[in-house]
Amino acid sequence: MKPRFKTSYDADIDRFHGRWHRAQYLILVAAALIAPWILGNYYVGELSSVLVWSLAGMGVMLLVGHTGQVSLGHAAFMAIGAFTHLALMLRGWPFLPALLAATLASGISGALLARPILRLSGIYLAIATLALGILVEDLAIVAEPVTGGVRGLVAPPIELFGFTIDRYGTPIAFYYLCLSIVVLVTLAYANLLRSPTGRAFIAVRDSEISARALGVNVTRTKTLAFALSCGITGLAGALYAHLAQAVNFESFLVIISIALLLQVIVGGLGSIHGAFFGAVVIVLLPQGIAIGRDLLADVGIRVAAYPGLDMAVFAVIIIVLMVLEPRGLYGVWLRVRTWLELFPLYRKGMFRRARSYLKTERLK
Amino acid sequence: MSLLDVSNVSLSFGGIRAIDGVSFTVKPGEVFTIVGPNGAGKSSLFNLISRIYEPADGAIRFDGRDLLACQAHEVIELGVARTFQNIELFDHATVLDNLLIGRHSRRRTRWFEDLLFLPRVRREERAHRRQVEEVIDFLELAAYRDRMIQGLPYGVRKVVEIAQALVAEPRLLLLDEPASGLSMEETESMAWWIEDMQKDLGLTIVMVEHDMGLVSQVSDRVLAIAEGRPLAEGTPAEIRAHPEVIRAWLGGVEEA
Amino acid sequence: MDTLQLLIAGIANGCIYGLIALGFVLIYKASESVNFAQGDMMILGAFLAIALINTNQADLPFLLGLALAGLTLGVFGYLLDALLLRRVFGQPQLTMVVLTIALGFVLRFIIGAIWGHDPVGLESPVAGERLTIGALTIPLVDVVIIGATVFLVAVLWLFFARTRLGLAMQASSQNQMAAYYMGIPVKRVVSLVWAMSGVVAAIAGVLFAAKGAVEPSAGLVFGIKAFAAAVIGGLGSLPGALAGGLLIGVMEPFAGRYLPSHVAQVSPYVLMLVVLIVRPSGLFAQMKQKKV
Repeated sequence: MKPRFKTSYDADIDRFHGRWHRAQYLILVAAALIAPWILGNYYVGELSSVLVWSLAGMGVMLLVGHTGQVSLGHAAFMAIGAFTHLALMLRGWPFLPALLAATLASGISGALLARPILRLSGIYLAIATLALGILVEDLAIVAEPVTGGVRGLVAPPIELFGFTIDRYGTPIAFYYLCLSIVVLVTLAYANLLRSPTGRAFIAVRDSEISARALGVNVTRTKTLAFALSCGITGLAGALYAHLAQAVNFESFLVIISIALLLQVIVGGLGSIHGAFFGAVVIVLLPQGIAIGRDLLADVGIRVAAYPGLDMAVFAVIIIVLMVLEPRGLYGVWLRVRTWLELFPLYRKGMFRRARSYLKTERLK
Repeated sequence: MSLLDVSNVSLSFGGIRAIDGVSFTVKPGEVFTIVGPNGAGKSSLFNLISRIYEPADGAIRFDGRDLLACQAHEVIELGVARTFQNIELFDHATVLDNLLIGRHSRRRTRWFEDLLFLPRVRREERAHRRQVEEVIDFLELAAYRDRMIQGLPYGVRKVVEIAQALVAEPRLLLLDEPASGLSMEETESMAWWIEDMQKDLGLTIVMVEHDMGLVSQVSDRVLAIAEGRPLAEGTPAEIRAHPEVIRAWLGGVEEA
Repeated sequence: MDTLQLLIAGIANGCIYGLIALGFVLIYKASESVNFAQGDMMILGAFLAIALINTNQADLPFLLGLALAGLTLGVFGYLLDALLLRRVFGQPQLTMVVLTIALGFVLRFIIGAIWGHDPVGLESPVAGERLTIGALTIPLVDVVIIGATVFLVAVLWLFFARTRLGLAMQASSQNQMAAYYMGIPVKRVVSLVWAMSGVVAAIAGVLFAAKGAVEPSAGLVFGIKAFAAAVIGGLGSLPGALAGGLLIGVMEPFAGRYLPSHVAQVSPYVLMLVVLIVRPSGLFAQMKQKKV
């Protein structure tokens, strides 16, 4: 690891710390741009799926990982985003305004709901959001004029700058659309974290009392975090509607909310990376299991296709991570990276202090 | 003209009177110390001033303004910063980040400007950073700038917490047991910091402290309280010799 | 008459909700967190009992089967805490929430993999029997459920009020540190609470399966509803949990009768949200504020 000498405060304020840091992300974006031309259509679809779930994951991460407020009901906001977006598009709105309106609608509903429920903390907040998630399942059926009732809504193809984008017809174009939205949101998220707003979020996460004493309006900050988080998740919901081509009340069951929370925890709370790592796991795990099963079948071991196996394997991963590396895959990644950078000087126990970000609610 | 004027405040916790009719005034530029046995209500007084607790009765004015009309997060904007007895720093962040959070009351950008990181946000960030660096120099924290709070020695964390309060450019600083848990040497340097803050920065300081050595060394005036009621007020020497104070201390906290 | 019949059906249902809610509260008191796998533990108990008791399975006597299922779940609860959950002791609440959610997924999968996904019922001695009092006809199983719940609650109450272990559990839940200094083996006590909640879950599962058919995924929904019951009663209160369970149990058939179906379905959650917002500590408990 080469030491880096800072010559101005901008070195710390800048998004990328040094040229090599920036180059790494440029390489990543380049790889993401080239990938669809190498992979087959099927895997391009899977990549789009990873992007959409990363986006939803970023929404949850902002709230859970950076503001310390647990949500077990975020699929509700995906639902609000998806239904608003499709309902508007089916009424003749163009894609981008509908997408923006969907983001705003979920953000604003998040802000409105935040006021009463964010007074709760810890486990009580988790419960309240869980109830919210369950209510939206039902609401999606009741609000038939908007949501299409039990049948739900079918996503029309996207018309954008003279192109027609369709998840199956033009998978690469759809992938690029998702990629550009994800990149924009990621940049904005990173901006937030290096500015006063992001610091206020983290202050609320780590010590509400101290945050208040330092002048952070905790209620306002939590409401803002909830609104931004729900807005991002709603945006992801709108994209998901195009990815899935059709949505109904079953698309956003409470189990999706739970999976979203587990996703960011597997990825690693308190880092943007975590949202992406988690999405990769949750999207590609079924693939991995299917491939593993085929491999076993090749050597003569037959494994029956058990329903729920994906979720069970995912759950086992969660359990192992929770016990061994509470910072999730991002934590594992940090260890691997440090090991590589320091090789052969890595000492055992360098990460012994590793602890998770959400603090105990114990009041004794 | 007094800077802080606490008059006749009372505080109850479910029927138990934690503070019962305490009054005192703090003049600009002085170090005013509140002493008393454990459970006397010293920290509760601080929590009243910083609006964490709601008094049952009484008035608190800062620089002529009614503090009780403020919410907890507005207190620092008026110029009252504080530290906590058990250190309430943000453990998973660096010293630098903790100090930047301390600048929150001085932020002027809105969240959507932050989201886009407009040029104004960068200018503001530079200004925040300059102020933070001044405090880092003042309290000699440069060696710890990029260290995580989690791994820092207790004594350093105490100083970081004071730095966090200082970057907000307050006029009144509330120090809740600045020397608790510190070694002899650390307590000694804490006394210097306090004197420096008073003399060089022109700060008014209200302090809760057990260590009578430190109290005598830095305080201009001392208020002794016991069981939520005021006992005596005067210079450190007067308080140490006060018969009522001595009686309250027996069986209470040892005199260090 | 009709109302009375609905009421009794509701109370019987509410008893099962109440027992699961009781499990939630036991764990909350012991571990300061929520066991989101409680519903799945109940279903596991139900399927064990079915495997032990039904004539086309092991065909054991009913009470023996019940005892074995209870014992197994008790041991399961103890080992779960001793081998897994104890390792995250002292970590944030969320850790435990996530662990038990994950555990629920694993249990659901295992139950489905072993016993399949078709609904099955438990053959009980009172199946199909009816009790007729005047114009009122009640399924005997409802009476048994209510009786069993009353009995179990009485046993639990005696246990907590009268036995050394019960008192130790109470002490540990109020102040673990102090209990530890008093020489109470807090870790083992916590594991025993988990064992107890396992036994209660098994009994609830047996009652549930005796009333109607069970399937592996029923645990999630049932668990969340019982959880609503626990929250309504207050997570810190054992009588509150039971009362919350009864409230939800009774509310459901009446809401089903008099309200549009989608409103009836969500009524427990609406009630829970209202309670959370108006009185977050539940109707029967108190909350504390952090001290600085």
